[in-house]
Amino acid sequence: MKRYSVFALARNALRFGPGWPALWRSPDPKASYDAVIVGGGGHGLATACYLASEHGITNVAVLEKGWIGGGNTGRNTTIVRSNYLWDDAAALYEKSLQLFEGLSQALNFNVMFSQRGVFNLGHSVHEMRDIARRVNANRLNGIDGRLVGADELARLLPILNVSARGRYPVLGASFQPRGGVARHDAVAWGLARAADARGVDIIQNCEVTGIRRERGRVAGVETTRGYIRARKVGLVAAGHSSVLASMADVRLPIESHPLQALVSEPMKPVLDTVVMSNAVHAYISQSDKGELVVGAGIDSWNGYGQRGSFGTVEGALAAIVEMFPIFSRVRMLRHWAGIVDTTPDACPIIGETPVRGLFVNCGWGTGGFKATPGSGWVLAHTMATGEPHPLNAPFALNRFVTGRLVDEHGAAGVAH
Amino acid sequence: MSISQPFRLVGGGRIDRRRRVDFRFNGLRFEGYRGDTLASALLANGVRTVGRSIKYHRPRGFVGSGAEEPNGIFTVRHTGVEGSTIPHAPGTVVELVEGLEAHAVNGWPSLRFDFAGGLQWLGGMLSAGFYYKTFMWPRAAWHWYEWAIRRMAGNGRAPDGPDPDRYDKRNAFCDVLVVGGGPAGLAASLAAARAGARVILADDQPELGGSLLGARRQLGGKPAFAWVANCAAALADEPEVTVLSRTTAFGFYDHGFVAALERCTDHLPPPRRRGPRERVWRIRARRVVLAAGATERPLVFENNDRPGIMLAGAAAAYVNRYGVAPGRRAVVFTNNDSAWRAALDLVEAKIEVAAIVDVRPEPGGALAARAEAAGIPVLAGHAVVDTQGRNALRRVRAARLDGSGARNLDCDLLAVSGGWNPNLHLHAQSGGRPRFDETRGCFLPGPPVQAETGAGACRGTFRLDACVREGAQAGREAALAAGFRDVGVISAPSTDEEGTTDPDPAWAVHSRRPRPRRAFVDFQNDATAADLALAVREGFESIEHIKRYTLLGFGTDQGKTGNVNGMALAAGALGRSPAQVGTTTFRPPYTPVTFGAAAGLATGELHDPLRVTPMHEWHEAQGAVFEPVGQWLRPWYFPKPGEEMRAAVARECLAAREGVGLFDASTLGKIDLQGPDAAVFLDRIYTNDWSSLAIGRCRYGLMLGEDGMVMDDGVTARLGEHHYLMTTTTGGAAHVLGWLERWRQTEWPELRVRFTSVTDQWATIGVAGPRSRDLVASLCEEIDLGPESFRFMEFREGVFAGVPCRIFRISFTGELSFEINVPADYGRYAWDRIVERTEEFSITPYGTETMHVLRAEKGFIVVGQETDGSVTPVDLGMEWILSKKKDFIGRRSLARSDCRRPDRRRLVGLAAADPNEVLPEGAQLVDEPFTFLPVPMVGYVTSSYWSPNLGRSIALALVAGGRDRSRVFAALEDGRFVPVDVVSPVFLDPRGERQRG
Ligand SMILES: Cc1cc2nc3c(=O)[nH]c(=O)nc-3n(C[C@H](O)[C@H](O)[C@H](O)COP(=O)(O)OP(=O)(O)OC[C@H]3O[C@@H](n4cnc5c(N)ncnc54)[C@H](O)[C@@H]3O)c2cc1C
Repeated sequence: MKRYSVFALARNALRFGPGWPALWRSPDPKASYDAVIVGGGGHGLATACYLASEHGITNVAVLEKGWIGGGNTGRNTTIVRSNYLWDDAAALYEKSLQLFEGLSQALNFNVMFSQRGVFNLGHSVHEMRDIARRVNANRLNGIDGRLVGADELARLLPILNVSARGRYPVLGASFQPRGGVARHDAVAWGLARAADARGVDIIQNCEVTGIRRERGRVAGVETTRGYIRARKVGLVAAGHSSVLASMADVRLPIESHPLQALVSEPMKPVLDTVVMSNAVHAYISQSDKGELVVGAGIDSWNGYGQRGSFGTVEGALAAIVEMFPIFSRVRMLRHWAGIVDTTPDACPIIGETPVRGLFVNCGWGTGGFKATPGSGWVLAHTMATGEPHPLNAPFALNRFVTGRLVDEHGAAGVAH
Repeated sequence: MSISQPFRLVGGGRIDRRRRVDFRFNGLRFEGYRGDTLASALLANGVRTVGRSIKYHRPRGFVGSGAEEPNGIFTVRHTGVEGSTIPHAPGTVVELVEGLEAHAVNGWPSLRFDFAGGLQWLGGMLSAGFYYKTFMWPRAAWHWYEWAIRRMAGNGRAPDGPDPDRYDKRNAFCDVLVVGGGPAGLAASLAAARAGARVILADDQPELGGSLLGARRQLGGKPAFAWVANCAAALADEPEVTVLSRTTAFGFYDHGFVAALERCTDHLPPPRRRGPRERVWRIRARRVVLAAGATERPLVFENNDRPGIMLAGAAAAYVNRYGVAPGRRAVVFTNNDSAWRAALDLVEAKIEVAAIVDVRPEPGGALAARAEAAGIPVLAGHAVVDTQGRNALRRVRAARLDGSGARNLDCDLLAVSGGWNPNLHLHAQSGGRPRFDETRGCFLPGPPVQAETGAGACRGTFRLDACVREGAQAGREAALAAGFRDVGVISAPSTDEEGTTDPDPAWAVHSRRPRPRRAFVDFQNDATAADLALAVREGFESIEHIKRYTLLGFGTDQGKTGNVNGMALAAGALGRSPAQVGTTTFRPPYTPVTFGAAAGLATGELHDPLRVTPMHEWHEAQGAVFEPVGQWLRPWYFPKPGEEMRAAVARECLAAREGVGLFDASTLGKIDLQGPDAAVFLDRIYTNDWSSLAIGRCRYGLMLGEDGMVMDDGVTARLGEHHYLMTTTTGGAAHVLGWLERWRQTEWPELRVRFTSVTDQWATIGVAGPRSRDLVASLCEEIDLGPESFRFMEFREGVFAGVPCRIFRISFTGELSFEINVPADYGRYAWDRIVERTEEFSITPYGTETMHVLRAEKGFIVVGQETDGSVTPVDLGMEWILSKKKDFIGRRSLARSDCRRPDRRRLVGLAAADPNEVLPEGAQLVDEPFTFLPVPMVGYVTSSYWSPNLGRSIALALVAGGRDRSRVFAALEDGRFVPVDVVSPVFLDPRGERQRG
């Protein structure tokens, strides 16, 4: 891999010649790999990257039916935080946040991780009680964060409507200073480049259409580019996870829903942090390009079409205007949807399936971008060693059999 | 030409020259005419440079004349109108009004001497994707780099105050929706209307005519505008036709749902503005005719971005529609015939055309003769390879395609045409997949996915008479498909059409420089041909990747001019055809939509319905402090003048246990269940047994989710053989009704039972306390309230204070209490009758806070407070409510191993060692005062109050192992660890004697 440095940049700028090499190769699939990752989103790419870098398993392919990062990785609102309520979830997301903190350097690719802090607003006595509970738990888990009262909020965010007369008055918030946003495409590309440099084959336009088994264990995958043998297969396909798992007769407790987001026209800086509200179902930040990035709640119906209904967008914008009256005349530039994989307890499923050698990593639903490196880290460990990493042991599929759920609904609401 | 508007032509245009309009641009005063856009008025005043590009800060001028404009973006507001800022408006669509103030969005300190302009010399380093490769060293520094980058980025400025305007929404249905009021759309609307269909015609311009507004054309031997006027008049006469002008259809969603934005007042001078500023039309159409026209695309060559270089169609539009000369000496550069027409229009307006440079060896078709007659020199088989001029175009360099024969041509206007792209946005949003057409050199709509057809330029038909014919046919077919009669073939007027040869699909012209750097594809984002080549070299193959890496099409114009060129160039670099590379996704909206308009009326008070009870005004009059609970506003407590919350709540708590506490419980959800299978249904929904409940009795029930976790609770009464009244929590009512319906409709359709929400139909008055029986008796003679005849957990129907009532003897406070339900309209009346007896029975109204304290003293849970979706009935110590004899939702889950773990968190009471310490709710509990993180947590405080009845603090908590633990510590936010004893959650009257008394 050709490393980026200040000098290399200057040289390439001045030179008249081919300049930068490809970020990753575009190989044809081999007949067989030690491990195959299905799904070239951030999670799949991170898994491949860490399989190679942490476990020395480099004969790996990432199979992507479209273009890498084209799923939820390239559609999300990029909020990164780790202030989850339950110990198990907090530990997993905190690991990921820590990996994010060094990701640009580790990948030698600027993922623009910007720790501008995340506020979660509370609009009722009830919500404030839940927020206090979560902040207390975070503190004892060693995760930064504090409660912020309405007065302080008014000072920190003068453009936020904290008037007591609002339909949903703002009573306070939790604040995690280390939270923030990152550049989603860069995360996918940086991971792909690093994985490729270690020998991982990134194969795009290659849809997995079947999973072959032999004596209860996985043997390989059928793809639109031919059959590929592999003793270990990781399904990391977000909204399409249940479709893939069913190819191996594995049923997942997953519902796929559209989740929508939108951006405004780019403006000069007006909002230098991330603000989320569950009660009104919307959240907002401002990208480095200057666009306001707004996310909505999920569309309640199930589906695989990457389009939501306009009503959800209207609802999200009404909430934004309610919270930030000065944005009323700002204009929406684009809106879109991704398909999110929601589980009954709003937590992911990571681990081996009843089919030996077949692993899943899914169920991140509305909030898995923040987990991208952490998710890859633990799945790589699980696939390499055959045993879950302590961080993902609580998130095995069989928790739906034992009942050991990690319910993040109550406290986190929309878990972006 | 007038002095003040040196580039205004003597005549022509659709402006009103009698109405002068004053406006400001970057602080300077200018004047234009009514009918101008900001762009045409600036051009009339000779203002060429109207902004700086975002990355390299190169001077830029207008490229287009409509929604496609990439460069001429302004922050606009109106003098003297507070909060009127629009951060980001293309000057080509802003209608000129008196008092308009426009500021270029980029360019500091002034447009001519842009400080950051030097950045263009760093071009090589700032190539596509440079952000990703740099700003990483040292690690902590990104923070500062980012700060600087953010200041450079962004275009307009956000408004700094609240929006003075309001917005509206309208739902509409029609048989045929026609998008676009140009020749095709007009013909389609008329044809559909003649068949009797209800038609909505949405057009984004102030007047109908579409492309004809900017062109000088003939239809049926007359100026095309006469035909437009006839059509407009005919449509106005059709009673079932709604014409929406200034209305942009911006999104095509599922099931024929099209959203459109109508701009109602921005074009009026502020004093004349009435009503909403904008209105979102939510249109459900049976059939949609897309006649949204086409957008011209530029050509890509070195320095193709100087002010004075614009689309040929735009140049013609400035001349024909606005009476403005976009330059004095023009060169036309094209690969197709349409620009020849523009050249002729320029000549007609006495603008010198120095040359038509056409890449085709034998260009012009029938128009060639007219050009020759007009004396326009033609350079066939030539291309413009470079341009000069610092702040505005001065000269272009043309050469043969092989590079020979280069020559300079002086000019201040270069009118460019690279062909036309049908506006496929709505088609693609509806699910269609555009396909590339090699002969026409553009993408065309694919097979329709919804009930939609294209007509005219929108479908790649560029001949005027063909557009009219196609539109008429589309309207006819749409009406037919929507069930109306066939109006037959409609004759279309013929045109002066000449020259319809397809463009030579030339996309980019390579100059002789080894690496052209300033051949722009996306003007707004400064994406160049070199950037596209770089992206391909760096391994990006998908057009979506290339778009994201180079920012092609990410601007506010959404790449209306640049995208197709970019795709074609990327295809070239990849060695593929544009058909193989395809388009990027067309995301809604077609043009930007104001947040406030999307929010509509749902702001402020109307953001969400606010629900109040029939007794609300009384509460207000008493000075109650309110608490929002779900959609409801409930009295939180009733302070006496000068009383603090804690004192008020203490007073209310004592009163309810000593005299009579009066409580408005109307917000509890109430669902009426009827049907022969109601009992069976309840048996499945609730954990306990319902079939055995006698008529006239009530029972407390718990509902679980499929996961076995507590979901909602409440008391349900059996009113009759097949008739029950269920109560739910205040916040859970809607969810529970949906839950019941879901199970009945999807899982148990065989059950005969129906549900009706009656929450709003009944007012519920709770009276609690030792004297409550006497109080009720004083107002209700016919019901025998004696402890033996009306027992705990029973209900009676009768008359209360002369009003029909249902009285339930149930208790959430642990006191003797009654809940009196009267029809909502009598709620206030019945309440007043009770209040009249305040002295006699020492009645004290209390709010939700006291209700919480009273129930906590008794250890009664509140769903959502003691539960969070992870708590089973067993965790709450409520095994007794789980029937062993029948199945119910959640039962199987309760059998899972984790639900039987002995160390699950269970409901307990907490007594702080210091009885005066009221623990904060949400405090986490630990076994020991640890100092190292992470600290293992064993539970948390769910409810915590000062109990005046007990004279100490009390709390409820969920604690691992429950009462196996005797002491824990509450870890407070300030770092203290407070010792607390784990006790029974029932602090008062453990045997329940008071409520049964
Ligand atoms: C609108 C929106 C906003 C969001 N906001 C946030 C946020 O603010 N913060 C946050 O943390 N998270 C957020 N999320 C969630 C987050 O985007 C996802 O959880 C995360 O990106 C999932 O990453 P992934 O790599 O697992 O999935 P994806 O990026 O979706 O990758 C899965 C890949 O699998 C491929 N695939 C599917 N089927 C096959 C097949 N048969 N063969 C081959 N390949 C296949 C898909 O094409 C896709 O590329 C949001 C999501 C959406 C949609």
